[in-house]
Amino acid sequence: MWIYEKKLQYPVKVSGKNPRLAKWIITQYGGPDGELGASLRYLNQRYTMPTERTRALLNDIGTEELAHLEIVGTLVYKLTKDATIEEIKAAEMAGHYADHDRALFYVDATGNPWTAAYIQAKGDPIADLVEDMAAEEKARATYNWLINLSDDPCVTDVLRFLREREVVHFQRFGEALNHVQEYMKEKKFF
Amino acid sequence: MAVDMTKECMDLLRRIQEMEFVALELNLYLDTHPNDTRALEDYNRAAKELKELRERYDELCGPILSYGHSRNRGNTWLWAETPWPWEM
Repeated sequence: MWIYEKKLQYPVKVSGKNPRLAKWIITQYGGPDGELGASLRYLNQRYTMPTERTRALLNDIGTEELAHLEIVGTLVYKLTKDATIEEIKAAEMAGHYADHDRALFYVDATGNPWTAAYIQAKGDPIADLVEDMAAEEKARATYNWLINLSDDPCVTDVLRFLREREVVHFQRFGEALNHVQEYMKEKKFF
Repeated sequence: MAVDMTKECMDLLRRIQEMEFVALELNLYLDTHPNDTRALEDYNRAAKELKELRERYDELCGPILSYGHSRNRGNTWLWAETPWPWEM
């Protein structure tokens, strides 16, 4: 089970409302390379992992991704909560407003809803870990593009933290992949 | 009624965030390097420090963990009264 800790993994401050930036950042909430997909992918793949290391790593990174989902949600919430209707219209967020007001929803930067088709569990640990490594790189690239788009230094600071975490996860998944490949080689002869 | 966070509580929260980050990083590292004795020692040191920080936070600022992992030190249900992370 999970125990909620009433804090963010990394503090989130914003300089002020900025619905345009929120509309782009929301892709890391519910987009194809976002934190919802990441956490659900890893937490779901862990059941069929063959080694102690891979089960532990998927469990623990999957859990950290839930903390990142909360950070991204907090960014979007803080950037939109005081926005006026005129500001929402100017930020091209009127479509989101029509469907959700200022509530968060699992969508990408152009409003497409999250889908389980973004993720896979193949049951083959090599295939799954390679997907996980690709996912980390895609998320890292997304944070890169968001940093390029950001005009709020406080938001950029949080995006940098999240980008760095993708690099660390990629490294750990790579180590797990090497280990599993060794394990599979030894297991081949039955 | 919502409880405001004092500066002392915000500072303490920041230290918890820092120490938990140390523990989390070591946790992921140990998942793929389970026999690294130095990392194991560092992890236990971070866990001990984190426990002390959390106890101090619980006492001073309200419960940080739910489901019985933090005590409620008041006559009302502080868990719901202290601000949520997105409200800070």
